[in-house]
Amino acid sequence: MKLVIATIKPFKLEEVRTALTEIGVKGMMVTEIKGYGVQSGHTEIYRGAEYDVNYVPKIKLEIVVTSDMVDQTVAAIEESAKTGKIGDGKIFVLEVQQAVRVRTGESGEDAI
Amino acid sequence: MNTPLKKIILVGGATLLPATAFAQDAPTAVPTEVGFILTTLLFLIAGFLVFFMAAGFAMLEAGLVRSKNVTMQLTKNMGLFGFACLAYYIIGFNLMYPADAWTISNILGAFSPTSLEPVGLAAADADLSYASVGSDFFFQLMFCAATASIVSGALAERIKLWPFLVFVIILTGLIYPIQASWKWGGGFLEVANFQDFAGSTVVHSVGGWAALTGAIILGPRIGKYKDGKVTPFLGSNLPLATLGAFILWLGWFGFNGGSQLAMGTVGDIADISRIFVNTNAAAAGGVVAALIATQLLYKKPDLTMILNGALAGLVSITAEPLTPSIGMATLIGAVGGIIVVITIPLLDKFRIDDVVGAIPVHLIAGIWGTIAVVFTNPAATIGAQLFGILTVAFFVIITSSLVWLILKVIVGIRVDEEAEIMGLDRSELGMEAYPEFKTN
Repeated sequence: MKLVIATIKPFKLEEVRTALTEIGVKGMMVTEIKGYGVQSGHTEIYRGAEYDVNYVPKIKLEIVVTSDMVDQTVAAIEESAKTGKIGDGKIFVLEVQQAVRVRTGESGEDAI
Repeated sequence: MNTPLKKIILVGGATLLPATAFAQDAPTAVPTEVGFILTTLLFLIAGFLVFFMAAGFAMLEAGLVRSKNVTMQLTKNMGLFGFACLAYYIIGFNLMYPADAWTISNILGAFSPTSLEPVGLAAADADLSYASVGSDFFFQLMFCAATASIVSGALAERIKLWPFLVFVIILTGLIYPIQASWKWGGGFLEVANFQDFAGSTVVHSVGGWAALTGAIILGPRIGKYKDGKVTPFLGSNLPLATLGAFILWLGWFGFNGGSQLAMGTVGDIADISRIFVNTNAAAAGGVVAALIATQLLYKKPDLTMILNGALAGLVSITAEPLTPSIGMATLIGAVGGIIVVITIPLLDKFRIDDVVGAIPVHLIAGIWGTIAVVFTNPAATIGAQLFGILTVAFFVIITSSLVWLILKVIVGIRVDEEAEIMGLDRSELGMEAYPEFKTN
Protein backbone atom coordinates (compact mmCIF):
# COMPACT_ATOMS: atom_id res chain seq x y z
CA MET A 1 0.00 0.00 0.00
CA LYS A 2 1.12 3.49 -0.76
CA LEU A 3 0.13 6.93 0.49
CA VAL A 4 0.01 9.53 -2.25
CA ILE A 5 0.24 13.10 -0.97
CA ALA A 6 -0.45 15.77 -3.56
CA THR A 7 -0.62 19.56 -3.29
CA ILE A 8 -2.65 21.15 -6.02
CA LYS A 9 -4.15 24.49 -7.00
CA PRO A 10 -7.51 24.86 -5.24
CA PHE A 11 -9.49 25.42 -8.44
CA LYS A 12 -8.22 22.09 -9.81
CA LEU A 13 -9.79 19.97 -7.05
CA GLU A 14 -12.91 18.89 -8.94
CA GLU A 15 -10.94 17.94 -12.08
CA VAL A 16 -8.51 15.86 -10.03
CA ARG A 17 -11.32 14.17 -8.13
CA THR A 18 -13.09 13.27 -11.36
CA ALA A 19 -9.91 11.86 -12.91
CA LEU A 20 -9.22 9.73 -9.81
CA THR A 21 -12.78 8.43 -9.66
CA GLU A 22 -12.51 7.37 -13.30
CA ILE A 23 -9.50 5.14 -12.59
CA GLY A 24 -11.20 3.58 -9.59
CA VAL A 25 -9.82 5.51 -6.61
CA LYS A 26 -12.50 5.15 -3.94
CA GLY A 27 -11.63 7.81 -1.44
CA MET A 28 -9.37 10.65 -0.47
CA MET A 29 -8.68 13.08 2.33
CA VAL A 30 -8.81 16.78 1.38
CA THR A 31 -7.33 19.60 3.45
CA GLU A 32 -7.16 23.33 2.76
CA ILE A 33 -3.58 24.34 3.43
CA LYS A 34 -1.19 27.25 2.93
CA GLY A 35 2.41 26.83 1.94
CA TYR A 36 5.20 27.80 -0.39
CA GLY A 37 7.61 26.12 -2.76
CA VAL A 38 9.29 27.31 -5.91
CA GLN A 39 6.42 29.72 -6.49
CA SER A 40 7.33 31.35 -3.16
CA GLY A 41 4.94 34.14 -2.20
CA HIS A 42 3.85 37.28 -3.94
CA THR A 43 3.14 40.87 -2.87
CA GLU A 44 -0.19 42.58 -2.41
CA ILE A 45 -1.10 46.14 -1.45
CA TYR A 46 -3.40 46.99 1.47
CA ARG A 47 -4.26 50.64 2.10
CA GLY A 48 -1.21 51.77 0.15
CA ALA A 49 1.32 49.53 1.94
CA GLU A 50 2.91 46.64 0.07
CA TYR A 51 3.22 43.38 1.96
CA ASP A 52 4.43 39.87 1.21
CA VAL A 53 1.99 37.03 0.99
CA ASN A 54 4.42 34.28 2.02
CA TYR A 55 1.97 31.41 2.05
CA VAL A 56 -0.08 30.50 -0.98
CA PRO A 57 -3.41 28.68 -0.48
CA LYS A 58 -3.33 25.10 -1.76
CA ILE A 59 -5.34 21.92 -1.46
CA LYS A 60 -3.65 18.87 0.01
CA LEU A 61 -4.87 15.43 -1.06
CA GLU A 62 -4.01 12.25 0.83
CA ILE A 63 -4.89 9.07 -0.98
CA VAL A 64 -4.06 5.51 0.08
CA VAL A 65 -3.97 3.06 -2.86
CA THR A 66 -2.80 -0.48 -3.50
CA SER A 67 0.77 -0.70 -4.75
CA ASP A 68 -0.30 -1.71 -8.27
CA MET A 69 -2.53 1.42 -8.52
CA VAL A 70 0.08 3.94 -7.50
CA ASP A 71 1.60 4.82 -10.89
CA GLN A 72 -1.83 5.24 -12.43
CA THR A 73 -2.92 7.45 -9.53
CA VAL A 74 0.13 9.68 -9.73
CA ALA A 75 -0.30 9.98 -13.51
CA ALA A 76 -3.97 10.90 -13.17
CA ILE A 77 -3.21 13.63 -10.63
CA GLU A 78 -0.31 14.95 -12.68
CA GLU A 79 -2.41 15.15 -15.80
CA SER A 80 -5.51 16.69 -14.28
CA ALA A 81 -3.77 19.17 -11.95
CA LYS A 82 -1.39 20.55 -14.56
CA THR A 83 -1.74 24.09 -15.90
CA GLY A 84 1.90 24.45 -16.97
CA LYS A 85 2.28 27.58 -14.87
CA ILE A 86 4.28 28.01 -11.69
CA GLY A 87 2.53 26.74 -8.56
CA ASP A 88 0.93 23.57 -9.95
CA GLY A 89 2.05 21.65 -6.85
CA LYS A 90 3.89 18.44 -5.96
CA ILE A 91 3.16 14.74 -5.53
CA PHE A 92 4.82 12.49 -2.94
CA VAL A 93 4.52 8.74 -2.51
CA LEU A 94 5.10 7.03 0.85
CA GLU A 95 4.92 3.47 2.14
CA VAL A 96 1.91 2.58 4.27
CA GLN A 97 2.43 -0.04 6.99
CA GLN A 98 -1.09 -0.93 7.83
CA ALA A 99 -4.71 0.03 7.17
CA VAL A 100 -7.80 -0.87 9.20
CA ARG A 101 -11.45 -0.34 8.38
CA VAL A 102 -12.95 0.63 11.71
CA ARG A 103 -16.49 -0.63 11.05
CA THR A 104 -15.60 -4.22 10.00
CA GLY A 105 -12.12 -4.72 11.36
CA GLU A 106 -10.80 -5.59 7.87
CA SER A 107 -7.11 -4.81 7.47
CA GLY A 108 -4.48 -4.42 4.75
CA GLU A 109 -5.56 -3.84 1.17
CA ASP A 110 -9.10 -4.97 1.99
CA ALA A 111 -9.47 -1.89 4.16
CA ILE A 112 -8.69 0.60 1.39
CA MET B 1 -26.11 76.67 9.71
CA ASN B 2 -26.34 74.17 12.52
CA THR B 3 -27.24 76.82 15.04
CA PRO B 4 -30.42 77.95 16.68
CA LEU B 5 -29.27 81.46 15.93
CA LYS B 6 -32.34 81.79 13.78
CA LYS B 7 -34.20 82.04 17.02
CA ILE B 8 -32.05 84.94 18.09
CA ILE B 9 -32.13 86.66 14.70
CA LEU B 10 -35.89 86.37 14.46
CA VAL B 11 -36.55 87.71 17.90
CA GLY B 12 -33.84 90.31 18.17
CA GLY B 13 -32.55 91.11 14.74
CA ALA B 14 -35.23 90.62 12.12
CA THR B 15 -35.38 94.28 11.35
CA LEU B 16 -31.61 94.52 11.02
CA LEU B 17 -31.47 92.12 8.11
CA PRO B 18 -32.17 93.22 4.57
CA ALA B 19 -35.03 91.50 2.80
CA THR B 20 -32.58 89.98 0.33
CA ALA B 21 -30.71 88.02 2.99
CA PHE B 22 -30.49 84.26 2.55
CA ALA B 23 -33.78 82.59 3.19
CA GLN B 24 -32.27 80.20 5.71
CA ASP B 25 -30.89 83.04 7.77
CA ALA B 26 -34.06 85.01 8.14
CA PRO B 27 -37.33 83.20 7.67
CA THR B 28 -39.81 85.89 6.78
CA ALA B 29 -42.94 83.81 7.23
CA VAL B 30 -44.86 84.36 10.44
CA PRO B 31 -44.05 81.49 12.80
CA THR B 32 -46.90 79.06 13.07
CA GLU B 33 -47.70 75.89 14.93
CA VAL B 34 -47.24 74.01 11.64
CA GLY B 35 -43.71 75.32 11.29
CA PHE B 36 -42.93 74.32 14.88
CA ILE B 37 -44.35 70.86 14.33
CA LEU B 38 -42.54 70.26 11.05
CA THR B 39 -39.18 71.54 12.28
CA THR B 40 -39.53 69.39 15.38
CA LEU B 41 -40.32 66.45 13.13
CA LEU B 42 -37.21 67.24 11.08
CA PHE B 43 -35.06 67.08 14.21
CA LEU B 44 -36.58 63.81 15.33
CA ILE B 45 -36.16 62.10 11.95
CA ALA B 46 -32.71 63.56 11.27
CA GLY B 47 -31.78 62.72 14.86
CA PHE B 48 -32.48 59.03 14.56
CA LEU B 49 -30.69 58.96 11.21
CA VAL B 50 -27.60 60.47 12.85
CA PHE B 51 -28.06 58.03 15.74
CA PHE B 52 -27.80 55.19 13.22
CA MET B 53 -24.37 56.49 12.24
CA ALA B 54 -23.18 55.04 15.57
CA ALA B 55 -24.02 51.64 14.12
CA GLY B 56 -22.16 52.61 10.96
CA PHE B 57 -19.03 53.52 12.89
CA ALA B 58 -19.28 50.33 14.94
CA MET B 59 -19.58 48.10 11.88
CA LEU B 60 -16.87 49.94 9.93
CA GLU B 61 -14.47 49.62 12.82
CA ALA B 62 -15.41 46.01 13.62
CA GLY B 63 -14.68 45.13 10.01
CA LEU B 64 -11.35 46.94 9.79
CA VAL B 65 -9.75 45.63 13.00
CA ARG B 66 -8.31 42.15 13.28
CA SER B 67 -10.68 39.46 14.53
CA LYS B 68 -8.90 39.26 17.90
CA ASN B 69 -10.02 42.85 18.72
CA VAL B 70 -13.57 42.93 17.35
CA THR B 71 -15.47 42.47 20.62
CA MET B 72 -13.41 45.22 22.26
CA GLN B 73 -14.07 47.58 19.36
CA LEU B 74 -17.80 46.98 19.65
CA THR B 75 -17.61 47.44 23.42
CA LYS B 76 -15.86 50.79 22.94
CA ASN B 77 -18.43 51.94 20.40
CA MET B 78 -21.38 51.06 22.62
CA GLY B 79 -19.64 52.39 25.73
CA LEU B 80 -18.64 55.71 24.18
CA PHE B 81 -22.18 56.28 22.98
CA GLY B 82 -23.59 55.73 26.45
CA PHE B 83 -21.10 58.05 28.13
CA ALA B 84 -21.49 60.69 25.40
CA CYS B 85 -25.26 60.76 26.03
CA LEU B 86 -24.72 61.25 29.77
CA ALA B 87 -22.02 63.89 29.38
CA TYR B 88 -24.00 65.90 26.83
CA TYR B 89 -27.10 65.82 29.05
CA ILE B 90 -25.33 66.71 32.28
CA ILE B 91 -23.10 69.48 30.93
CA GLY B 92 -22.63 69.53 27.15
CA PHE B 93 -25.88 70.87 25.71
CA ASN B 94 -26.10 74.08 27.73
CA LEU B 95 -22.38 74.63 27.41
CA MET B 96 -22.86 74.52 23.65
CA TYR B 97 -26.14 76.47 23.46
CA PRO B 98 -26.14 78.93 26.36
CA ALA B 99 -28.51 81.37 24.57
CA ASP B 100 -27.91 84.51 26.68
CA ALA B 101 -26.47 82.72 29.71
CA TRP B 102 -22.77 82.71 28.68
CA THR B 103 -20.31 82.29 31.54
CA ILE B 104 -17.73 84.21 29.49
CA SER B 105 -19.43 86.08 26.65
CA ASN B 106 -19.16 84.23 23.30
CA ILE B 107 -16.40 81.95 24.65
CA LEU B 108 -17.66 79.79 27.51
CA GLY B 109 -21.31 78.69 27.74
CA ALA B 110 -23.58 77.83 30.65
CA PHE B 111 -22.96 75.09 33.20
CA SER B 112 -26.24 73.33 33.85
CA PRO B 113 -27.91 70.03 32.97
CA THR B 114 -30.46 69.88 30.17
CA SER B 115 -34.11 70.19 31.08
CA LEU B 116 -37.11 69.66 28.83
CA GLU B 117 -40.38 71.51 28.28
CA PRO B 118 -43.29 70.51 30.53
CA VAL B 119 -45.43 67.53 29.59
CA GLY B 120 -48.12 68.55 27.09
CA LEU B 121 -46.49 71.86 26.13
CA ALA B 122 -49.13 74.46 25.26
CA ALA B 123 -48.78 76.18 21.89
CA ALA B 124 -48.78 79.54 23.62
CA ASP B 125 -45.66 78.53 25.59
CA ALA B 126 -43.77 77.11 22.61
CA ASP B 127 -41.06 78.96 20.68
CA LEU B 128 -42.97 78.76 17.41
CA SER B 129 -40.03 80.12 15.43
CA TYR B 130 -37.98 77.00 16.15
CA ALA B 131 -38.66 73.51 17.49
CA SER B 132 -39.19 71.69 20.75
CA VAL B 133 -36.22 71.64 23.13
CA GLY B 134 -36.43 67.85 23.34
CA SER B 135 -36.03 67.41 19.58
CA ASP B 136 -33.20 69.96 19.44
CA PHE B 137 -31.34 68.26 22.30
CA PHE B 138 -31.88 64.81 20.77
CA PHE B 139 -30.55 65.96 17.38
CA GLN B 140 -27.52 67.79 18.76
CA LEU B 141 -26.66 64.94 21.12
CA MET B 142 -26.19 62.62 18.15
CA PHE B 143 -23.61 64.99 16.63
CA CYS B 144 -21.71 65.03 19.88
CA ALA B 145 -21.67 61.23 20.05
CA ALA B 146 -20.50 61.03 16.41
CA THR B 147 -17.46 63.12 17.34
CA ALA B 148 -16.46 60.52 19.92
CA SER B 149 -17.08 57.64 17.50
CA ILE B 150 -14.45 59.12 15.16
CA VAL B 151 -11.78 58.76 17.83
CA SER B 152 -12.32 55.10 18.67
CA GLY B 153 -11.45 53.79 15.21
CA ALA B 154 -8.08 55.50 14.99
CA LEU B 155 -6.92 54.18 18.36
CA ALA B 156 -8.24 50.64 17.97
CA GLU B 157 -6.45 47.44 18.92
CA ARG B 158 -4.15 48.90 21.61
CA ILE B 159 -5.88 51.47 23.84
CA LYS B 160 -7.24 50.48 27.24
CA LEU B 161 -11.03 50.61 27.56
CA TRP B 162 -11.46 52.78 30.66
CA PRO B 163 -8.91 55.53 29.91
CA PHE B 164 -10.51 55.77 26.46
CA LEU B 165 -13.95 56.17 28.01
CA VAL B 166 -12.65 58.84 30.40
CA PHE B 167 -11.34 60.73 27.38
CA VAL B 168 -14.75 60.37 25.72
CA ILE B 169 -16.48 61.93 28.75
CA ILE B 170 -14.16 64.96 28.62
CA LEU B 171 -14.46 65.22 24.83
CA THR B 172 -18.25 65.07 24.78
CA GLY B 173 -18.88 66.98 28.00
CA LEU B 174 -16.34 69.79 27.57
CA ILE B 175 -14.08 69.90 24.51
CA TYR B 176 -16.74 69.39 21.83
CA PRO B 177 -19.46 71.59 23.35
CA ILE B 178 -17.11 74.48 24.16
CA GLN B 179 -15.69 74.76 20.65
CA ALA B 180 -19.12 74.10 19.08
CA SER B 181 -20.57 77.00 21.08
CA TRP B 182 -18.14 79.33 19.33
CA LYS B 183 -19.90 78.66 16.02
CA TRP B 184 -23.29 77.04 16.54
CA GLY B 185 -23.99 78.53 19.95
CA GLY B 186 -23.56 82.00 18.49
CA GLY B 187 -20.08 82.60 19.92
CA PHE B 188 -17.09 84.42 18.50
CA LEU B 189 -16.58 82.22 15.42
CA GLU B 190 -20.19 82.90 14.39
CA VAL B 191 -19.54 86.59 14.91
CA ALA B 192 -16.38 86.27 12.78
CA ASN B 193 -18.48 84.93 9.87
CA PHE B 194 -16.96 81.45 10.01
CA GLN B 195 -19.16 79.15 7.87
CA ASP B 196 -19.66 75.50 8.78
CA PHE B 197 -23.15 74.28 7.89
CA ALA B 198 -23.18 70.82 9.45
CA GLY B 199 -19.72 70.44 10.94
CA SER B 200 -16.76 69.60 8.68
CA THR B 201 -14.76 71.50 11.28
CA VAL B 202 -17.05 71.66 14.32
CA VAL B 203 -17.70 67.90 14.36
CA HIS B 204 -15.36 66.01 12.03
CA SER B 205 -12.09 67.88 12.46
CA VAL B 206 -12.63 67.87 16.23
CA GLY B 207 -12.90 64.09 16.23
CA GLY B 208 -9.97 64.02 13.83
CA TRP B 209 -7.69 66.20 15.98
CA ALA B 210 -8.55 64.18 19.08
CA ALA B 211 -7.79 61.00 17.13
CA LEU B 212 -4.49 62.40 15.80
CA THR B 213 -3.19 63.51 19.20
CA GLY B 214 -4.32 60.19 20.67
CA ALA B 215 -2.64 58.16 17.92
CA ILE B 216 0.65 60.03 18.37
CA ILE B 217 0.68 59.80 22.17
CA LEU B 218 -0.49 56.17 22.15
CA GLY B 219 1.99 55.00 19.49
CA PRO B 220 1.51 52.48 16.69
CA ARG B 221 0.41 48.87 17.10
CA ILE B 222 3.22 46.40 17.76
CA GLY B 223 4.76 45.26 14.48
CA LYS B 224 3.07 47.85 12.30
CA TYR B 225 6.30 49.70 11.49
CA LYS B 226 9.37 47.49 11.47
CA ASP B 227 12.77 48.09 9.87
CA GLY B 228 11.43 51.06 7.93
CA LYS B 229 8.67 48.94 6.43
CA VAL B 230 4.92 49.16 6.90
CA THR B 231 3.22 45.89 7.74
CA PRO B 232 -0.48 46.17 7.05
CA PHE B 233 -2.87 44.39 9.40
CA LEU B 234 -5.74 43.22 7.27
CA GLY B 235 -9.31 43.95 8.34
CA SER B 236 -11.22 40.97 9.66
CA ASN B 237 -14.55 41.45 7.93
CA LEU B 238 -14.98 43.58 4.82
CA PRO B 239 -18.72 42.87 4.44
CA LEU B 240 -19.25 44.46 7.88
CA ALA B 241 -16.99 47.39 6.99
CA THR B 242 -18.97 47.96 3.80
CA LEU B 243 -22.26 47.78 5.64
CA GLY B 244 -20.85 50.33 8.08
CA ALA B 245 -19.92 52.72 5.28
CA PHE B 246 -23.39 52.45 3.72
CA ILE B 247 -25.04 53.03 7.11
CA LEU B 248 -22.92 56.15 7.62
CA TRP B 249 -23.90 57.35 4.14
CA LEU B 250 -27.58 56.91 5.06
CA GLY B 251 -27.14 58.64 8.39
CA TRP B 252 -25.48 61.59 6.69
CA PHE B 253 -28.78 62.62 5.10
CA GLY B 254 -29.93 63.36 8.63
CA PHE B 255 -26.61 64.89 9.59
CA ASN B 256 -26.63 67.46 6.78
CA GLY B 257 -30.35 67.64 6.03
CA GLY B 258 -31.31 68.19 9.64
CA SER B 259 -28.75 70.98 9.91
CA GLN B 260 -31.06 73.19 7.87
CA LEU B 261 -32.72 73.55 11.30
CA ALA B 262 -36.08 74.54 9.83
CA MET B 263 -38.78 72.84 7.80
CA GLY B 264 -41.70 75.23 8.08
CA THR B 265 -41.51 76.91 4.67
CA VAL B 266 -41.30 76.02 1.00
CA GLY B 267 -37.79 77.45 0.94
CA ASP B 268 -36.67 75.29 3.84
CA ILE B 269 -38.01 72.00 2.53
CA ALA B 270 -36.61 72.75 -0.93
CA ASP B 271 -33.24 73.50 0.66
CA ILE B 272 -33.33 70.25 2.61
CA SER B 273 -33.94 68.48 -0.70
CA ARG B 274 -30.92 70.22 -2.23
CA ILE B 275 -28.86 69.13 0.77
CA PHE B 276 -29.91 65.49 0.37
CA VAL B 277 -29.00 65.52 -3.32
CA ASN B 278 -25.65 67.23 -2.76
CA THR B 279 -24.72 65.02 0.18
CA ASN B 280 -25.39 61.95 -1.90
CA ALA B 281 -23.49 63.37 -4.90
CA ALA B 282 -20.41 64.11 -2.80
CA ALA B 283 -20.31 60.55 -1.45
CA ALA B 284 -20.63 59.22 -5.00
CA GLY B 285 -17.80 61.52 -6.09
CA GLY B 286 -15.64 60.21 -3.25
CA VAL B 287 -16.31 56.59 -4.21
CA VAL B 288 -15.53 57.07 -7.90
CA ALA B 289 -12.39 59.11 -7.20
CA ALA B 290 -11.01 56.59 -4.68
CA LEU B 291 -11.87 53.65 -6.94
CA ILE B 292 -10.07 55.17 -9.93
CA ALA B 293 -7.15 56.46 -7.83
CA THR B 294 -6.45 53.08 -6.19
CA GLN B 295 -6.78 51.30 -9.54
CA LEU B 296 -4.22 53.64 -11.11
CA LEU B 297 -1.82 53.79 -8.15
CA TYR B 298 -1.90 50.19 -6.99
CA LYS B 299 -3.13 48.31 -10.10
CA LYS B 300 -5.99 46.88 -8.06
CA PRO B 301 -8.88 48.78 -6.45
CA ASP B 302 -8.71 48.80 -2.63
CA LEU B 303 -12.18 48.38 -1.12
CA THR B 304 -11.14 49.73 2.28
CA MET B 305 -9.94 52.95 0.65
CA ILE B 306 -13.10 53.17 -1.45
CA LEU B 307 -15.14 53.01 1.77
CA ASN B 308 -12.94 55.77 3.20
CA GLY B 309 -13.43 57.66 -0.08
CA ALA B 310 -17.22 57.63 0.30
CA LEU B 311 -16.92 58.91 3.86
CA ALA B 312 -14.35 61.56 2.90
CA GLY B 313 -16.75 62.76 0.19
CA LEU B 314 -19.45 63.08 2.84
CA VAL B 315 -17.17 64.93 5.28
CA SER B 316 -16.06 67.28 2.49
CA ILE B 317 -19.60 68.40 1.67
CA THR B 318 -20.67 68.75 5.30
CA ALA B 319 -19.39 72.32 5.69
CA GLU B 320 -21.60 73.47 2.80
CA PRO B 321 -24.12 70.99 1.43
CA LEU B 322 -26.67 73.65 0.42
CA THR B 323 -25.15 76.10 -2.06
CA PRO B 324 -23.19 73.83 -4.47
CA SER B 325 -24.70 72.54 -7.70
CA ILE B 326 -24.87 68.75 -8.05
CA GLY B 327 -21.76 68.81 -10.21
CA MET B 328 -19.85 70.99 -7.79
CA ALA B 329 -20.88 68.79 -4.85
CA THR B 330 -19.62 65.73 -6.75
CA LEU B 331 -16.33 67.47 -7.39
CA ILE B 332 -15.91 68.55 -3.75
CA GLY B 333 -16.55 64.96 -2.69
CA ALA B 334 -14.18 63.60 -5.32
CA VAL B 335 -11.33 65.73 -4.00
CA GLY B 336 -12.10 64.22 -0.58
CA GLY B 337 -11.79 60.74 -2.11
CA ILE B 338 -8.40 61.61 -3.58
CA ILE B 339 -7.30 63.08 -0.25
CA VAL B 340 -7.76 59.78 1.59
CA VAL B 341 -5.92 57.75 -1.03
CA ILE B 342 -2.95 60.11 -0.75
CA THR B 343 -2.93 60.75 3.00
CA ILE B 344 -3.43 57.19 4.32
CA PRO B 345 0.08 56.11 3.16
CA LEU B 346 1.41 59.54 4.19
CA LEU B 347 0.38 58.95 7.82
CA ASP B 348 2.24 55.61 7.67
CA LYS B 349 5.37 57.50 6.61
CA PHE B 350 5.15 59.46 9.87
CA ARG B 351 4.48 56.20 11.76
CA ILE B 352 1.08 57.44 12.87
CA ASP B 353 -1.05 54.32 13.10
CA ASP B 354 -4.69 55.12 12.29
CA VAL B 355 -6.45 51.76 12.10
CA VAL B 356 -9.54 52.79 10.11
CA GLY B 357 -8.42 55.96 8.32
CA ALA B 358 -10.28 58.32 10.67
CA ILE B 359 -7.67 61.06 10.41
CA PRO B 360 -7.63 61.34 6.60
CA VAL B 361 -11.42 61.02 6.40
CA HIS B 362 -12.54 63.27 9.23
CA LEU B 363 -9.65 65.66 9.77
CA ILE B 364 -8.02 66.24 6.40
CA ALA B 365 -11.18 65.98 4.31
CA GLY B 366 -12.86 68.10 7.02
CA ILE B 367 -10.33 70.88 6.53
CA TRP B 368 -10.74 70.61 2.76
CA GLY B 369 -14.53 70.78 3.04
CA THR B 370 -14.36 73.84 5.28
CA ILE B 371 -12.12 75.64 2.79
CA ALA B 372 -14.28 74.54 -0.16
CA VAL B 373 -17.22 76.54 1.24
CA VAL B 374 -15.74 79.65 -0.39
CA PHE B 375 -16.21 78.16 -3.87
CA THR B 376 -20.00 78.11 -3.69
CA ASN B 377 -21.15 80.26 -0.79
CA PRO B 378 -20.60 83.99 -1.46
CA ALA B 379 -21.06 84.75 2.24
CA ALA B 380 -17.87 82.82 3.11
CA THR B 381 -14.38 84.28 3.09
CA ILE B 382 -11.15 82.31 3.04
CA GLY B 383 -9.86 84.35 5.95
CA ALA B 384 -12.81 83.50 8.19
CA GLN B 385 -12.68 79.84 7.16
CA LEU B 386 -8.98 79.55 8.01
CA PHE B 387 -9.54 81.42 11.26
CA GLY B 388 -12.22 78.88 12.23
CA ILE B 389 -10.14 75.86 11.21
CA LEU B 390 -7.04 77.07 13.07
CA THR B 391 -8.89 78.20 16.19
CA VAL B 392 -10.60 74.84 16.56
CA ALA B 393 -7.34 73.03 15.75
CA PHE B 394 -5.42 74.98 18.38
CA PHE B 395 -8.05 74.41 21.07
CA VAL B 396 -8.60 70.70 20.41
CA ILE B 397 -4.91 69.83 19.97
CA ILE B 398 -4.01 71.49 23.28
CA THR B 399 -6.92 70.16 25.32
CA SER B 400 -6.95 66.63 23.96
CA SER B 401 -3.15 66.28 24.16
CA LEU B 402 -3.36 67.37 27.79
CA VAL B 403 -6.05 64.84 28.60
CA TRP B 404 -4.24 62.00 26.80
CA LEU B 405 -0.94 62.85 28.54
CA ILE B 406 -2.52 63.11 31.98
CA LEU B 407 -4.26 59.77 31.47
CA LYS B 408 -1.01 58.26 30.23
CA VAL B 409 0.90 59.40 33.32
CA ILE B 410 -1.76 58.54 35.89
CA VAL B 411 -3.20 55.23 34.69
CA GLY B 412 -1.53 54.42 31.36
CA ILE B 413 -3.51 54.35 28.15
CA ARG B 414 -1.98 51.34 26.46
CA VAL B 415 -2.47 47.63 27.17
CA ASP B 416 0.69 45.64 27.83
CA GLU B 417 2.53 43.88 25.03
CA GLU B 418 1.26 40.40 25.80
CA ALA B 419 -2.34 41.56 25.93
CA GLU B 420 -1.98 43.40 22.63
CA ILE B 421 -0.50 40.39 20.86
CA MET B 422 -3.07 38.00 22.32
CA GLY B 423 -5.81 40.43 21.30
CA LEU B 424 -7.91 42.67 23.52
CA ASP B 425 -10.93 40.38 23.21
CA ARG B 426 -9.28 37.57 25.12
CA SER B 427 -6.92 39.58 27.32
CA GLU B 428 -9.22 42.42 28.42
CA LEU B 429 -12.70 40.96 27.98
CA GLY B 430 -12.36 37.18 27.92
CA MET B 431 -14.93 37.20 25.15
CA GLU B 432 -14.19 36.63 21.50
CA ALA B 433 -16.25 37.89 18.57
CA TYR B 434 -15.75 34.72 16.57
CA PRO B 435 -15.01 32.02 19.18
CA GLU B 436 -15.55 29.17 16.75
CA PHE B 437 -12.92 30.29 14.27
CA LYS B 438 -9.21 30.63 14.67
CA THR B 439 -8.00 34.16 15.24
CA ASN B 440 -4.94 35.86 13.89
